[in-house]
Amino acid sequence: MFAYTMRRLFMLVPVLIGMTLITFSIVHLIPGNPAQVILGETASETAIKNLEESMGLNEPYALQYTYYVSDLLQGDLGTSLKTKTPISEEIWPYIAATFELTFFAMLFAIIIGVNAGIISAWKQNSWFDFLAMLVALIGVSIPVFWLALMEQWIFAQELSWFPSSGRQDNRDPMEPITYFFVLDSILHGDFSRTFTVLKHLVLPSIALGTIPMAIIARMTRSSMLEVMRSDYIRTVQAKGSGQFLIIYKHALKNALIPVLTVIGLQTGVLLGGAILTETIFSWPGVGRYIYEAITYRDYPVIQSGILIIAFLFVIINLVVDLLYKFIDPRINY
Amino acid sequence: MSDEILKITSLQTHFFTDQGEIPAVDGVSLTVHKGEVVGIVGESGCGKSVTSLSIMQLVPSPPGKIVGGTIHYKSENLLNASKKRIKDIRGNEISMIFQEPMTSLDPLFTIGNQLREALQIHKKINKKQANQKSIEMLKLVGIPRAEEVMNDYPHQLSGGMRQRVMIAISMACDPEILIADEPTTALDVTIQAQILDLMKKLNHEKDTAILLITHDLGVVAEICDRVIVMYAGQVVEEGTTREILKNPTHPYTKGLIRSIPKLHEKDQKLYSIPGTVPKPKMGMLGCRFKDRCEFAHDRCFSEAPELFSLGNNRYSRCFLLDDTERKVASDAEANTGS
Ligand SMILES: Nc1ncnc2c1ncn2[C@@H]1O[C@H](COP(=O)(O)OP(=O)(O)O)[C@@H](O)[C@H]1O
Ligand code: SF4
Ligand SMILES: [Mg+2]
Repeated sequence: MFAYTMRRLFMLVPVLIGMTLITFSIVHLIPGNPAQVILGETASETAIKNLEESMGLNEPYALQYTYYVSDLLQGDLGTSLKTKTPISEEIWPYIAATFELTFFAMLFAIIIGVNAGIISAWKQNSWFDFLAMLVALIGVSIPVFWLALMEQWIFAQELSWFPSSGRQDNRDPMEPITYFFVLDSILHGDFSRTFTVLKHLVLPSIALGTIPMAIIARMTRSSMLEVMRSDYIRTVQAKGSGQFLIIYKHALKNALIPVLTVIGLQTGVLLGGAILTETIFSWPGVGRYIYEAITYRDYPVIQSGILIIAFLFVIINLVVDLLYKFIDPRINY
Repeated sequence: MSDEILKITSLQTHFFTDQGEIPAVDGVSLTVHKGEVVGIVGESGCGKSVTSLSIMQLVPSPPGKIVGGTIHYKSENLLNASKKRIKDIRGNEISMIFQEPMTSLDPLFTIGNQLREALQIHKKINKKQANQKSIEMLKLVGIPRAEEVMNDYPHQLSGGMRQRVMIAISMACDPEILIADEPTTALDVTIQAQILDLMKKLNHEKDTAILLITHDLGVVAEICDRVIVMYAGQVVEEGTTREILKNPTHPYTKGLIRSIPKLHEKDQKLYSIPGTVPKPKMGMLGCRFKDRCEFAHDRCFSEAPELFSLGNNRYSRCFLLDDTERKVASDAEANTGS
């Protein structure tokens, strides 16, 4: 397991190089002079000169890239043009916000999706199966923004069950520690606040988690059905085992392998694709951070935001790969 | 031998498919006595697997369904038994091993886990005792380094080793009957012989009855006391191994025997019965073997032969064995002779 983990980590090196090459190129791929584009049409010659100096835009590309990477390795993500603050100092709360939302969205998607898939396969062609697969079909085809707006309208406006936006009650903000608000409220020992924070998470998590939930449910069902036809399941039956042991021990573990792939991919998609949801629910995540940076032409922030999301994507893939190895003893690469 | 432990009568297992109803097992009767080794032979598609799966009630359903007959285990008709009772019997009193050792074990669990599971389903024992017993079983089936193999995963073992593990699992609870569906077909010849020897040994030591399914009469000759020959969903001949091999009566059995490869007749081309097993259909007319039979005559095309008793528990489903025809035939012979 250790050697395998090391191998996987080593294989990340070229991926990371590729990623940084792409984010590095963003600034240089815009047509025209980057400093001019960043500062806008009306910028003065000296302003452009100064910016070029400070961003090192006059140097050869190879040298610029080396600076970029060595800065990154020292934890320097550059400085925001808008706030004039080092990005590494201001980005964490956004990452934490995105992470927390993604986590709860996937938690919702996995718990409901996997169980619905199992029961659907177990009771194939039953009314439950039919209903669950209908819901899953609707789930994958529904536009996220529409679902988010409907949720806000019904559960926030009309029923007032859940708040319609933000991460917490902004009239009474809490002192952040890790910026994972659920965790922070627990660390503060303030459980009524935990409850409030969780309530804020419900609607955006469902909006974000519905598509992955539907995909996971369908994948689990088809994977379970396939496994249930296999020879080794017949062996377990021939041993005299009951349905429960067959389904939750043997069938589920085998069926989980392809489901895990889907879970990993979908988590990545959520991380990158949360901008819409974050905007609708005023969720201060990385998506929003990048979105605002784009409107300000804050290139260092755009670069770093994209790099962070890509990096998280890579980390999730790594975790999925390690989980494969944990589940399936045959894997050895 | 009156101690019948398994008695199947007129079993009918049909598949309900898009192409219609398929009577894959069509009125099969057979008996297994305590400690006996009975073989079921026939080419692929004759309904051997479906017969054995029917006993365990593991026929894939849908599309399969047992639509008639009885399966008595001792004095109990399994077809009327509760689901719970069937689970208690499976693996404990009647166990089964399958053709494909490569896919019959769960790839994600260790050999030890899968062996212990077989014990823990039926016996009230703790993990340590189950472990002990599992190692004992692995040694019994001739697996070297039994303690280490407990922690191995199936993909780490060869096909022959896996089949030994399957046998260990199936024998763990000391069943009365072991059903083995082509247990050696997927293995190469030397390993085949070892597995058959192992089954023979277990039969002798534990007095476990074995219902051995195979398409290979050579395997039957090796280990079976009695043979049932199946063709297109029916029993066509039955008798002791000795009788069947020395004196086959049904043209199909004769064909099977002719197709056993003989070691000392090297250059002779291997015989095989022309044609293939017909897919069973509802309302088939005449003898099911007629299209491949060199003795087929008018009656074979209009009438279906019954299983004629030849005495001494020998049976054959061929009009040539019908008393009236035999008489006609011998009269004709007598006439030409004079
Ligand atoms: N799952 C199934 N669906 C439909 N028909 C089946 C199925 N399994 C078996 N059959 C039918 O049963 C017949 C006998 O099959 P089987 O018992 O597997 O033969 P054998 O084991 O003698 O080779 C086959 O010819 C096929 O028509
Ligand atoms: S009944 Fe007729 S066709 Fe059938 S096996 Fe006998 S001789 Fe051949
Ligand atoms: Mg078969």
